[in-house]
Amino acid sequence: MPFNVLVLTCLAYVAFLFVVAFVVERRASRGEMRFLRSPVVYTLSLSIYCTAWTFYGAVGSAARTGLEFLTIYLGPTLVFVGWWWVLRKLVRIGRRQRVTSIADLISSRYGKSNLLGVLVTVIAVVAATPYIALQLQSVTLSFSVFAQTTPETWVMPDRDATAIWVAAGLALFTILFGTRNLDAKEQHHGIVMAIAVEAVVKLVALLAVGIFVVWGLGGGPVAMIERIEAYTDPNWAIQPGRWAGLIFLSAAAVITLPRMFQVLVVESVDEAHLSRASWAFPAYLFAMSLFILPIAVIGLDRMPSGTNPDMMVLTLPLQEGQGALALLAFLGGFSSATSMVIVETIALATMVSNHILMPAWLWLRPQAALSGNLRGAILLARRLSIIMVLALGLEYFRLSGGSAALAAIGQIAFAGMAQVLPAMLGGIFWRGGTKLGATLGLSIGFATWGFTLFLPSFGAGAAISAEVLQNGLFGLHWLRPQALFGSDGMDPLIHSIFWSLALNIAGYAAGSLLSFPDPVERIQGAAFVNAFDDELQAERLGWTHGQAEPEALMNMAQRIIGDEAAISFFEAEARAQGKAGFLPDLTPSFLAGLERNLAGSVGAATAHAMISQLFGRATVTVEDLMAVATEAAQIMEYSARLEEKQGELSRTARQLREVNEKLTQLSVQKDAFLSQISHELRTPMTSIRAFSEILAEGDLPKARVAEYGQIIHTEARRLTRLLDDLLDLSVLENGAVQLNLTLSHLGQMIDRALAVSSQTRPERTFDIRRDYPSEEIYLRTDADRLVQVFINLISNARKYCASDAPVLRISVRQKGGRVVVDFIDNGAGIAKDAQGLIFEKFARLSDDGRAGGAGLGLAICREIMANLGGTVTYLPGQRGAAFRVTLPLRMDKLVMEKQDAEKLR
Amino acid sequence: MRQVLLIEDEANIAEALRFILSRDGWEVSVVADGALALAEVARLRPDLVILDSMLPGMSGLEILTALRADPLHQALPILMLTAKGQLRDREAAERAGVSAFMSKPFDNSEIRALVRELLGA
Repeated sequence: MPFNVLVLTCLAYVAFLFVVAFVVERRASRGEMRFLRSPVVYTLSLSIYCTAWTFYGAVGSAARTGLEFLTIYLGPTLVFVGWWWVLRKLVRIGRRQRVTSIADLISSRYGKSNLLGVLVTVIAVVAATPYIALQLQSVTLSFSVFAQTTPETWVMPDRDATAIWVAAGLALFTILFGTRNLDAKEQHHGIVMAIAVEAVVKLVALLAVGIFVVWGLGGGPVAMIERIEAYTDPNWAIQPGRWAGLIFLSAAAVITLPRMFQVLVVESVDEAHLSRASWAFPAYLFAMSLFILPIAVIGLDRMPSGTNPDMMVLTLPLQEGQGALALLAFLGGFSSATSMVIVETIALATMVSNHILMPAWLWLRPQAALSGNLRGAILLARRLSIIMVLALGLEYFRLSGGSAALAAIGQIAFAGMAQVLPAMLGGIFWRGGTKLGATLGLSIGFATWGFTLFLPSFGAGAAISAEVLQNGLFGLHWLRPQALFGSDGMDPLIHSIFWSLALNIAGYAAGSLLSFPDPVERIQGAAFVNAFDDELQAERLGWTHGQAEPEALMNMAQRIIGDEAAISFFEAEARAQGKAGFLPDLTPSFLAGLERNLAGSVGAATAHAMISQLFGRATVTVEDLMAVATEAAQIMEYSARLEEKQGELSRTARQLREVNEKLTQLSVQKDAFLSQISHELRTPMTSIRAFSEILAEGDLPKARVAEYGQIIHTEARRLTRLLDDLLDLSVLENGAVQLNLTLSHLGQMIDRALAVSSQTRPERTFDIRRDYPSEEIYLRTDADRLVQVFINLISNARKYCASDAPVLRISVRQKGGRVVVDFIDNGAGIAKDAQGLIFEKFARLSDDGRAGGAGLGLAICREIMANLGGTVTYLPGQRGAAFRVTLPLRMDKLVMEKQDAEKLR
Repeated sequence: MRQVLLIEDEANIAEALRFILSRDGWEVSVVADGALALAEVARLRPDLVILDSMLPGMSGLEILTALRADPLHQALPILMLTAKGQLRDREAAERAGVSAFMSKPFDNSEIRALVRELLGA
């Protein structure tokens, strides 16, 4: 087998993968994704679980420890068959939240904490770097195996140079197809297809070697089984503890390894693919593991002792002279190594650039975030991360010297990534998990793993001194890296898994229980834990699983933009697609147009969220929700403004209504007033007219003539008085009254009023009680007008006080610059509901037509007092009727102002 | 002798009406309080009621409505007098079933003729 043929084949194979990836990328970018939406591709892409470790290392492991290699296949098989619902939830959440990596998942779940993102990224990089080195090592080893058996003068370049070339080639491939474009979902269709092809190649290669071994060398299955049974090796005894630990570890690894998370969750194009993968992937693993033991047994039998069992898949066919088969096996191993490195590098680079490089860059240059040209920066960060990750792996490979057995490195990486498991599973099943708990658990677990497994793996004295290994950290015996807390005698790997995860879980639980999540954490916690609830709702609403029907979209659009607009938009789109009717195909351009259309009504974020929900793109993130909330806030603000405006309008309307009511009331009052005046004028006139007609007949006895003449006289006077009152009131109300201000003695004014009002019902003797000294006050006011008010009040008392021994108490007080005069009788008083009416015009209380007034007296009093700068009010709660007159001692100033105002007019 | 019940609170107007109607040979009773009017109608069973519209206690319109609600008084001639002189009051009274309506002040001969007519004499 010429070495240059190998190199050429290898290059041709790589070129073929380039073409596959390139064509797929091209088609995917044009939206032709149908063949990518295949569960077969998804399942095959999952096979990156089987790295060079599995391809070459499984045989090595079988050669050393018998069936133990199976644990690495059993874990994932159990997860896919028995716990696929955990995967489904992860995939659902990953798609919903647009998760880009496992670090992003953890950070997103715990309130978008970048600290957690960084922590998980560091764990992933530390754990994966040896793993990447391992792949480089296996490729280098396989090259050297060929080089050794090549008789030609071709000299194998040195080990490091080969590794550098391989790493550089992988970096180029990864950068070309891993960072071609920036997809928010971090999907890389070209790479997924390439690794699917590689998955087929490695399976075919391993099966081919296995078939050759069993039938070509082992003499058929029956003979093979006999040979296996005949083989005895004390190391092959099953160690139950290690088995349990390794099964658990590989089960954890299949969901926590960055590359597995990448293909399982991030690259997932359809959740439904999981159901196929749940049996197909275990089947793939079964096929991969089928011939491991035969190859190991035959290899151990036929190969010279001292041969590296890790390379038997390659060396066995070579030794048997099967150059083509060896080449195929080489390609299988090459495929295993390269596919793992590519996807792992992409996954790690995404984490490093998203959680470390970009935040750091934005922190250093905050204004760059606003400039808008982040794309270039992100791509650069991504490419730098890829180179960095590969450089780290290469460096580890060069430093470690490629000594350790392949399987051991894989297990260390598994145990490291398993530290993410508590925070991950807790995050999707327990709402109580908090940022503090996750940080605590991850940190403690990571530290314990580093101390008990990772650092000691470099060998005694390399990373951890022999002294510490022997006597514990700080000389504390219970802090020995491989016997924590005195747990001597455990398998180092199981010891590390046990303690790191136990402390991790304890830290996670304690931190979560002791801290309270912030709002974003709570939102995210609910979104993660209840990832399936909204699906139930969607089903209730009649939305089909993941795929929206055009009718559903139409329905939604009608509700949002209205029937006509929706129908015409859908019709136009259908016509543009060359379809009749109004239900277009759900092409990306149609959906984008619909989203834009809806955005005009409900805002971009809401529109995106709605379409996503309906179309099952399921990519509603917290940012989307926040944006929706912002839009809602804007809408609310807008409606608040509208409400305010409406409030103004309704205030205006109310004012108008009030004014209108007042006008109506005034009109009613005016009508009532006219009606009253009419009544008051017509009543005396009726008597006058009737009796004057009777008198005019002239045949009455003299006594009657006198009597009727007297009635006519009385009624005529009543009419006159009424007209006087009306005139008076009119003058007073219009403020056109001429006041005659003099300095007058209050007592004398009361005397005058009493004298005049004694003519009202003169037959009644009234007990008038006065306090003369208090009346010794000189007022500057219009004495005649004030006396008129007093007369009115006293007359009213005389008229209406029904007491048998009527008493009227007149009391005077001075209060500041004002004088208060109270008139209180001992009658029944005025009913409470009437008290507010008595000062109104014609507010004569019921049957007092006989009392002779027209009901204008108190109205006139009120107007007079207003003109004199005072008031007259009813005093409730005094037993009898009580009126209070208040007026200023001097009213010059007021009058002067009034006269000035009149001059100006 | 035909009985006329005069429901009027203005003493002078009541006196004038009493004078001219008794002179025509009608027996005239006067009640001044609206609240007492219905009882008086029931007691006297008059042949004609002359009803003032503005009364203390119970308004003329209320008395009219109450009388017409009683089957006994549905045919009783009722003459309503008002000093307010508004069309609205007249319409309300007619709706309530008044027999005749007259504004104050009135012409003596007019009211005498109207009373005669209402009493069917």
